[in-house]
Amino acid sequence: VGVPRGSAPVTALLSLAVTSEQIEHLHRRFKQLSQDQLTIRKENFDSIPDLEFNPIRGKIVHAFFDKRNLRQESDGLADEINFEDFLTIMSYFRPIEMNMDEEQLDRFRKEKLKFLFHMYDSDHDGKITLQEYRNVVEELLSGNPHLEKESARSIADGAMMEAASICVGQMGPDQVYEGITFEDFLKMWQGIDIETKMHVRFLNVDTIAHCY
Amino acid sequence: LDYQHVQVPFEITLWIMLASLAKIGFHLYNKLPSVVPESCLLIFVGLIMGGIIYGLNDRSPPVMDSDIFFLYLLPPIVLDAGYFMPSRPFFENIGTILLYAVVGTIWNVFGIGFSLYGICQVKAFRLQDVSLLHNLLFGSLIAAVDPVAVLAVFEEIHVNEKLHILVFGESLLNDAVTVVLYKLFRSFCEMPTIKSMDVFAGVGKFFVVGLGGVLVGLSFGFTAAFTTRFTKDIRVIEPLFVFLYSYLSYLTAEMFHLSGIVAIISCAMGMKRYVEANISLKSHTTVKYFMKMWSSVSDTLIFIFLGVSTIGENHEWNWPYICFTVIFCLIWRALGVLVLTFFVNRFHVNTITSKDQFIIAYGGLRGAICFSLVFLLPDFHRKKLFIAATTVVILFTVFIQGMTIRPLVDLLAVKRKRETAPTVGEQIHIRFLDHLLAGIEDISGHWGQYYWKDKLEYFNSKYLQKILLREYDQPKSSIVLLYEKLERKHAIELAQAGQLSHGPAHPSFLCSAFLCSSSDRTVIRDQKLEDTLNPDVLDNIQEILARNLYRIRRTGPAYNRHTLPGDSEPTEHAKEILILRHKSL
Repeated sequence: VGVPRGSAPVTALLSLAVTSEQIEHLHRRFKQLSQDQLTIRKENFDSIPDLEFNPIRGKIVHAFFDKRNLRQESDGLADEINFEDFLTIMSYFRPIEMNMDEEQLDRFRKEKLKFLFHMYDSDHDGKITLQEYRNVVEELLSGNPHLEKESARSIADGAMMEAASICVGQMGPDQVYEGITFEDFLKMWQGIDIETKMHVRFLNVDTIAHCY
Repeated sequence: LDYQHVQVPFEITLWIMLASLAKIGFHLYNKLPSVVPESCLLIFVGLIMGGIIYGLNDRSPPVMDSDIFFLYLLPPIVLDAGYFMPSRPFFENIGTILLYAVVGTIWNVFGIGFSLYGICQVKAFRLQDVSLLHNLLFGSLIAAVDPVAVLAVFEEIHVNEKLHILVFGESLLNDAVTVVLYKLFRSFCEMPTIKSMDVFAGVGKFFVVGLGGVLVGLSFGFTAAFTTRFTKDIRVIEPLFVFLYSYLSYLTAEMFHLSGIVAIISCAMGMKRYVEANISLKSHTTVKYFMKMWSSVSDTLIFIFLGVSTIGENHEWNWPYICFTVIFCLIWRALGVLVLTFFVNRFHVNTITSKDQFIIAYGGLRGAICFSLVFLLPDFHRKKLFIAATTVVILFTVFIQGMTIRPLVDLLAVKRKRETAPTVGEQIHIRFLDHLLAGIEDISGHWGQYYWKDKLEYFNSKYLQKILLREYDQPKSSIVLLYEKLERKHAIELAQAGQLSHGPAHPSFLCSAFLCSSSDRTVIRDQKLEDTLNPDVLDNIQEILARNLYRIRRTGPAYNRHTLPGDSEPTEHAKEILILRHKSL
């Protein structure tokens, strides 16, 4: 039904427990967003009305075009993405399956956290610096009109300090903490079970009953 | 000696005094509460008291009046539970909770009712005259899990949050079903014939009772929030409004034969957010402590009365019936949990493990609600049998299940509560994830959990907050609230250690607090502080905090030379790095 089959990455994706009904639904959605073109650009996301009120809208849209998420070797931002890429991004949000073993679960978890890490790390240097973290907090709290800018900053600074104490432990005098690396990021998220939280229940119940 | 004049209040006060002294007594002996849950000890005290009264008066001691229980003793406990219910896990699991509460309770009622009827058919037990309807009526009051008993036991065993909220949420919400079924069967008992219309009316009534309770609760809750908007100048009576409105919602719901428990819970959950933003910090503390105090007193009194009422001549000891009641309660609960969990796990990623299932089934404790309901039964010749059976079931669940659940939790290595301090970072991440998932749901066109949550938040911020919150106070995000709470805590710690300064510039509290939390405090002490903490300044800690918190926001954390652009040398360093600097000794 118009779903592009046959290209190798898509079939590989098909085996990743995104069922065919979900692919159809997403394809329909893709066509809606792209206005029947083959690719989507950033401007196409403006047509989603509900997304406007989302404080981290910019970061979400950016994540779709981030080449690191699209599993491409190069770095930087793509100008437009096709349906394959759209599916790739969506596959980061698939739920866990019943029969995953420890190693698969671990890889699964790391994948999702890598996606999040790329969202925080806007300048693509592999570290979340203080300024980037501040940026995240400011965006999150942008819904509060009365909040002073400095409060958002001090909150981010406090959080950064917590991260430093988790990742590096007790810091000596004059010690420098450059930024949060991916390993530190993993440590910070240890308490939150991201495998179960970070998923979107597409459409129907058959999410769990896979057909591959 | 004018005893008659003061008798009633005097006796009430004496009972409350006895309850509180008993509580002190248990905690004096440290090892006891960890082995035997408090509820058991209290029932035991009640049994002794009842025995004494029986011995002195040679007639049955005063039985707990159902009115007193439902109107005075139960509301504080449920209010406390509803107000401090962690709303996030509750709403994340609401589907499962409702399933257990509604379908599970109905399953239990009919299961127990029909099986007991089957037992009654056996000639040897001499129970022929207990009709099906009577058995169903009995089933309806014995099947429901009791929030008071569950709270008393689960509070001490600290299982993981999800399990706790499942059992607890179920025990609170099954009240709607219990009320409907109990009243339905009771009215059926009095009617000569039962038509199918009546059964359908019963089903419809269930929705009315449940949803009606929620509506009543929410309307009182929002009214309470609206009232607190105007209490800026009379802070002293602010806590009163919280209690008055909640109690009114309970009474109103009971008046209309709706579920009072559901009403008071929705009232508490609905008003909490707005009231907490409106009332002062002191009022907030007052509300918290009064609620805890009242619910604690109620709780204690209930268990003591339970013990007292057990002694006496109210019972008909037909042991086969009683034993089978206990057995069927256990069996049907276990079956119900198994079947329902099977369905739940098919729809949910975060499955309920079999260990969790066992605890859910085993934690289905019965308590005082059953007891009061059985006394409310119309007087028919087999009433004493039911009273006896109820008493034994309650004593069994509270004593045996209550005492053994903790060793079982340890034995099965059930996942326990995560005992870590809350961090601002985690709040940020969770909030980020919320928005991310809402965004992805919007993009994929899927109206899921996060989409609706987002919509509700939007509705809340656009309309509700404008009406219910005071004008100049901003609605605070949970991140900000947590940050301020942690800051306050650290500020108080520093002030207590005599290190608060009135000087112009000092490092952010959070900075120094994280520095000195595990390291030697003498390092901090060396900074340039005016070590003057006048007594009158100490008295006015709120003012200190307000002044210093404000100062924090203005100066920002004072890192060493690599500070924020705009504060000092902006050209120095392009990249911002985090540097911690102790002043050398």
